[in-house]
Amino acid sequence: MIPELGHYALVLALFVALVQSGVPLVGAATGNAAWMGVARPAAIAQLLLVLVAYGALTWAHVVSDFSVSNVVQNSHSMKPMLYKVSGVWGNHEGSMMLWVVMLTAFGAAVGIFGRNLPPSLKARVISVQGMIGVGFLLFILITSNPFIRVVPAPLDGNDLNPLLQDPGLAFHPPFLYAGYVGFSIAFSFAVAALIEGRVDPAWARWVRPWTLAAWSTLTAGIALGSWWAYYELGWGGWWYWDPVENASFMPWLAGTALLHSAIVVEKRDALKTWTILLAIITFSLSLMGTFLVRSGILTSVHAFAVDPARGVFILVLLAIATGGSLLLYSVRAPSLKTGGLFAPVSREGSLVLNNLLLSTATATVFIGTLYPLFLDVLELGKVSVGPPFFNATFIPVAIPMVIAMVVGPFLAWKRADLLGALTRLWTAGVATVACVAIAAYVTNGGGPLLALVGVGLAAWAFFGSLAEFAERIRLFRIPVKDSWNRAVNLPRSAWGMTIAHASMGIAIAGMTGTSAWQSETIQAMKPGDNATVGAYAVHFDRVGAVQGPNYSAEQGVFTVTRDGRHIATLAPQRRSYPVTRMTTTEAAIHTTWLSDVYVALGDPTQNGTAWTVRLYHHPLVPWIWIGSLGMMLGGLVSLSDRRFRVGAPERRRAAKGSLQPAE
Amino acid sequence: MTRKKRRLYMLGLALLGLGAATALTLTAFEDNIVFFFSPTQLQTQDIGDRNFRLGGLVEEGSVSKMPDGVTTRFRVTDTVHTVAVSYRGQLPDLFREGQGVITEGRMINGVFQAREVLAKHDENYMPPEVADALKEAEHFKANSKEQKPSS
Repeated sequence: MIPELGHYALVLALFVALVQSGVPLVGAATGNAAWMGVARPAAIAQLLLVLVAYGALTWAHVVSDFSVSNVVQNSHSMKPMLYKVSGVWGNHEGSMMLWVVMLTAFGAAVGIFGRNLPPSLKARVISVQGMIGVGFLLFILITSNPFIRVVPAPLDGNDLNPLLQDPGLAFHPPFLYAGYVGFSIAFSFAVAALIEGRVDPAWARWVRPWTLAAWSTLTAGIALGSWWAYYELGWGGWWYWDPVENASFMPWLAGTALLHSAIVVEKRDALKTWTILLAIITFSLSLMGTFLVRSGILTSVHAFAVDPARGVFILVLLAIATGGSLLLYSVRAPSLKTGGLFAPVSREGSLVLNNLLLSTATATVFIGTLYPLFLDVLELGKVSVGPPFFNATFIPVAIPMVIAMVVGPFLAWKRADLLGALTRLWTAGVATVACVAIAAYVTNGGGPLLALVGVGLAAWAFFGSLAEFAERIRLFRIPVKDSWNRAVNLPRSAWGMTIAHASMGIAIAGMTGTSAWQSETIQAMKPGDNATVGAYAVHFDRVGAVQGPNYSAEQGVFTVTRDGRHIATLAPQRRSYPVTRMTTTEAAIHTTWLSDVYVALGDPTQNGTAWTVRLYHHPLVPWIWIGSLGMMLGGLVSLSDRRFRVGAPERRRAAKGSLQPAE
Repeated sequence: MTRKKRRLYMLGLALLGLGAATALTLTAFEDNIVFFFSPTQLQTQDIGDRNFRLGGLVEEGSVSKMPDGVTTRFRVTDTVHTVAVSYRGQLPDLFREGQGVITEGRMINGVFQAREVLAKHDENYMPPEVADALKEAEHFKANSKEQKPSS
C-alpha cells in the first residue's frame, strides 16, 4: 500500500511540475499576476509530493519490504539501519529520487525565500526549475521506477554492494547531489534572465548565494568521495582522474568560475553575458556528469546496471536543456547591455584571468574524459586516458591560477597597480621561499622538482591569503585592538574568501606531500614478521576472526613503532559479505595529522599462512581533506554574509563598510 | 581604454589560453593515451614496447602465487586466445577466476607485466571493453574455419 502511495505521489508531482513550468511562464509573459502567483504554491506542492514519494521508498527500505523490487535488489534484513536508510540512495532508482528531492527543494526555496524577487523573474525561475523537474520525474517514472513490486516476494534481499556500506559513502551522494542540483538554480536564473532580457547587479546578488551553497556542498561531496576511495579501496590513493571523478570535478571547476564571475556582475555590472553562459555550462556539466555516471558507459562503482534506455533518456534531457538554453543564449545575449569598463590589470581583470584559467582547466578535463568515449562510438579503437594526461594538462593551468589567486584580491577595481600589490605581498613571498627551502632541506632533495613547486604554491596560497587579511585589518600598523575590531566588522564574505583561499593552500600541500613523498611496501607477511615503511617499523602480531552484522572478517593486528617507540596498534580487516559473495578491504589508518600510516590486509597466500600486506606512509595526506573542509567552510561563511541573506538584497549598501569586500 | 580595445584584449587572452590548452592537450595525448587490446587483437597487431591495457576473462585454474608471496601469475583469455600476465601487488577484492578483468602494463618477453589490475566494483558487472572483446572473439571463432591453438 505505502509503495503505491509513493508511486501515486510521484505521478501527481509530475502533473504539478507540468503546471509549474507552464502557467507562471505564460503569466510572466502576459503580465498576469494571478498566473505568476501559481509558481510559489506549485513549487511547494511539488516538493511535498516528492517528499511523500521519497518517504514511502525509505519506509520500504527501513521495514525491509521485499515485495518491492528496489528493496530486494539493494537491501537485506540483516543490514545495519544506517545503510538501510543510506541504501535508499545507494542505487540507481533511489539516487534519482534523491536528485528530484533536491531539485524540488531548491525550487521551493526560491518560492519561499524569494519574496523580494521581481515577480516576473521569480515566476520564470520557478517555471524553468519546474521544467527540469518534469524531465527528471519522467525519467524516473518511465525508466527507473523504484516502486515496482515483485510477485512472489522473496524471503530476503540481495544486499547493498558492500563497498557502499560505509559511513563516508553514505553521505557522499546527498552532498554531491545538493551541489549538482544546486547549480540548477543558477541555470534557472540564467534562463529566466535571458527570457526577461535583463541582467543587473541585483540578479547577480540573487544568483551568488545559491551558487555558493551549491559549490560548498559539491566541495564536501567530492572530498567525501575522495576520502572514501582513499581508505576503502585499499590502495591508498585519493584521486585517480577516473571518469566518474572527473564527472563531478568539471561542474566544480565551472562552478568555481561562476562564483567568481558573478562577483564582477554584482560589483561592477560587467561580464554579464559570460556569467550567464557559465551558469548554463555549469549545470550542463552537472547533467553530463549524471549521464556519464548513470548510463553505465563507464566502469565504476556507480554503474549499477546497464540499461541503454536510461542513457538515451538522460542524453535527450541533456540535449534539450543545454541545446535549448544555448539557443536562447545566442538569440538573447547580444541584446544584454554591457556594463562597467576596466583595465586589464584590475580586480576585474584578475577575475577574468581566473575564469579563463578555470575554463581552460575544465576544457582539458572535458576532453580527456570524453575522448575515449568518442573514439569508442566512432569505432576507432578503445583507449583510456589516465592520470599522466591529466597531470600534464591540468597542472600547468593550475599553477598560474594559484599564483594569480593570491595577487587578485590585492588589486583595486577598475584600474590597479600590480607592482604595488606585489610589494605588499613581500611577507608572503619570504614565507614561500622559506617553506620551499625547508622542504628541500627536510627531504634532502628527494622527490621530483614539481614537488617543490607544489610546496611553494601551497605556501604562497596560504600566506598570501593571510597577508591579504592582515592588510585589510591593518595588522601591526594600528594597535592590535583596533585590528581586532576591524576583523570583527569585516564582511563575512571577506572572511569566507580568506578561509577558502588559505584552505586551498592547505589542500595543495596535502596533494603535493602525498604524491611526491609517499612510501609503499607490499610484502607477504606471516604473523610475527616485520616490515618497514617510511621511518616506521611494522610488526604483524596475529590474525583473528571477527563477526559483523552482515559479514565475517579476518582481522590482522599490527604494531607500528618508530625508533622503538610504540606509535599505534592497527587492525585492518578483510571482510566477506556472504549475500553478495564479495570481499572488501578495510584499511587501518593511524594519522598524526601530519601524515598517515596505512595498513591494508590483502589476500592470503595459497597455503593460507601468509597474507599480502600493503603498507603506506602518506605524508601530509590529511591536509587534503582538512583543506577541502576549509574551502567548504569558507563558502558557508561567505554565504552567511548579510548582503546575501536571502530576501534582503536591498540592505546591501548598509552592510558595505568603507572597505571594499573582495571575495 | 575603449570598449573595443578591451574586448580585443580579452579575445586575445582567451585565444592565448585556448591555444595553450590545445597545445598541452595534443602533446599530452600523444604521450599518454593508453590503448585497449584483447588477446585476439594482440595476435594480429604489433604493439611494440608500449604501455597498453589488456582485458578479458581470468582463465579458470590459471591463477598462481609466486614464492615471494606478492607476485601473481594468471592468464587472460577471450575464449579464443590467452595471454600470460604477471602482476606484483595486491589484487583488487573482486579479482576471481572466470571473471572479467582489465590490466594495464606492457609485454616483456611474451609475458604481460601488469602495473595495475583494475578493480571491478560489482559482482554482476562486466567492463564494457571486456564484453565487447568477448563478443568479437565469438565472432572471430565463428568466422575462422580452422581454429588456431591458443598461444
